[in-house]
Amino acid sequence: MTFTKTLLGAAAAGALLAGAASAEPGLIIDLGGKFDKSFNESAFTGAQRWVEETGGDYMETELASEAQREQTMRRMAERGANPVMVLGFANASTLETVAPDYPDTTFVIVDAVVDQPNVQSVVFAEHEGSYLAGMMAAMASETDTVSFVGGMDVPLIRKFACGYAQGAKAVNPDIEVISNMTGTTPSAWNDPVKGGELTRSQVSQGSDVVYAAAGGTGTGVLQAAADEGIMAIGVDSNQNYMHPGTMLTSMVKRVDNAVYDAFEAAQNGNLETGLQEKNLSNDGVVVAMDEFNADLVTEEMTAAVEQAKADIVSGEIQVHDYSSDDSCPALDF
Amino acid sequence: MSFVDIVQILDSTIRLATPLLLACLAGLFSERAGVFDIGLEGKMLVAAFFSAAVAAVTGQVWVGLLAGVGAAMVFALIHGLASITFRGDQLISGVAINFLAAGMTVLIAQDWFAQGSRTPALSGDARFSSIDLPFAEALSGVPYLGPIYAEALSGHTILVYIALLAVPATWYILFRTRFGLRLRAVGENPGAVDTAGVSVTRLRYAAVMICGLLTGLAGAYLATGLAAGFTKDMTAGRGFIALAALIFAKWRPWHALGACLLFGFLQAVSNRYSTLDFGIVQIPNAFVLALPYILTVVILAGFVGKAIPPRAGGQPYVKER
Repeated sequence: MTFTKTLLGAAAAGALLAGAASAEPGLIIDLGGKFDKSFNESAFTGAQRWVEETGGDYMETELASEAQREQTMRRMAERGANPVMVLGFANASTLETVAPDYPDTTFVIVDAVVDQPNVQSVVFAEHEGSYLAGMMAAMASETDTVSFVGGMDVPLIRKFACGYAQGAKAVNPDIEVISNMTGTTPSAWNDPVKGGELTRSQVSQGSDVVYAAAGGTGTGVLQAAADEGIMAIGVDSNQNYMHPGTMLTSMVKRVDNAVYDAFEAAQNGNLETGLQEKNLSNDGVVVAMDEFNADLVTEEMTAAVEQAKADIVSGEIQVHDYSSDDSCPALDF
Repeated sequence: MSFVDIVQILDSTIRLATPLLLACLAGLFSERAGVFDIGLEGKMLVAAFFSAAVAAVTGQVWVGLLAGVGAAMVFALIHGLASITFRGDQLISGVAINFLAAGMTVLIAQDWFAQGSRTPALSGDARFSSIDLPFAEALSGVPYLGPIYAEALSGHTILVYIALLAVPATWYILFRTRFGLRLRAVGENPGAVDTAGVSVTRLRYAAVMICGLLTGLAGAYLATGLAAGFTKDMTAGRGFIALAALIFAKWRPWHALGACLLFGFLQAVSNRYSTLDFGIVQIPNAFVLALPYILTVVILAGFVGKAIPPRAGGQPYVKER
């Protein structure tokens, strides 16, 4: 009995200590890993930039499996992290149940909308960025065939594909857009061999520019493109440096900015909940231009992309968002 | 579907079937000797990692291949120790090997290269390059057979041809040599082999080590032939598809070639066409991908012939006293 009491007392003291600890932001790196050269790495870079510039500190864990989502989220909140940042649409349903249990903690979710009073949902206008990538692909293509390799077949990835196809068809209405998805399970984010094989299949069908939106599978796509001598477009992080000479551009989602902004706002005590949209107008999505792809990007392309960007921001060009009605005018799935 | 399309699909089929074929033959040796092996996946994964890691460090793909095969054989030895010497449950040992491989490769990769559980991208001599078969250029003009030879059969890495040659070699070893006869006997009736004065333990260890060698080649092909480096969990279930192919082939080498080519072909077709349109019926991609599993279940259920595994499979041999 006394032993139980001691235990309870220790637990209570522990809980008090956890509550008293100053609130550090917490970041949960999603499946795919911290250095996936893509989505998660971008978030990690943002957190590191915040640490360097503000000298602050944050907590970080990395998911090892699908089953750990809820446990990791709860543990992070119980350790006193505030805000708790989770990455990826796959967290949405879990966060929906976890967030109400920790009303004093603010959660930030990237790539999905969770309608809870203590959640900030950051979504990106991937269709707008992909539209610009599609325009560049169509202008660079000599075979009038471009292609897309997606990771897991989910609405978010179809949103990339749909924007890409619309951009390509805006430049050249007769262009053929080939689209393949790697799979229907989370292992589709980690299968570079299949990504490479899909790319080779697309090359044999005439594609000479491939756009990969497939997490770790994308490294296989970009590698196969370099091996086959066609151009490739990276995603999420700036991947231009991976294969200089064949990388046309990268459709960068500034996940790093989302992380940085959330951490910064939390430190200043003005983190807002609700929906945050990152799009072309606030540089949430950009097509990467640097020294690695300078030789492939013509002045004509730059001009067209700048023009289209201005038109999308002003509303003159409406890029259809696949996730708004689960259909795509430019591409059949 | 034009002829050119067919040639390209065949080309893709051979690339996709090779890792399956090597793993399937590996399983064939092991299971014919009475040691079930669901750790094919794990052994391929360690081989993929060590071949890519050593190739990245030394810049020599052949050194990488040796390291990959060596690592797979060490894992095969663990399986052998657990299931032959200590007479443990073969399925549990196989599962343990899969878990160990999945965790260990990621951990070591992170420690060595700090690139997020992957090896650096391989290039140049650190990868297997494709080789052209003799006369491929000259024969490409021959109608039909020429393009199939020059485009589909030629131009793969050396491991593909090793895998194809491993099929007749396996057949010869198993069905035309004394070693093969004893190996098969050990899988059917180890007591009889023991009575004849031949060591059951030694034969089973030999089979398990051959299994390690072949899975090593399969893993090395994934990481240094098809892809350019190791990424976490890159085998993506191929070891299990190989097991399905083994059952589909009813534990026979030539049939294993057929089964793996069929499974590879189905993957290649589903990669290329999102839906198969036969005019009247349209078959979705997902169905084509699921077909290998459906076929295996049909075979197991005994609708098409009967799949009879080696009789002593799964049982550790206990010498009578």
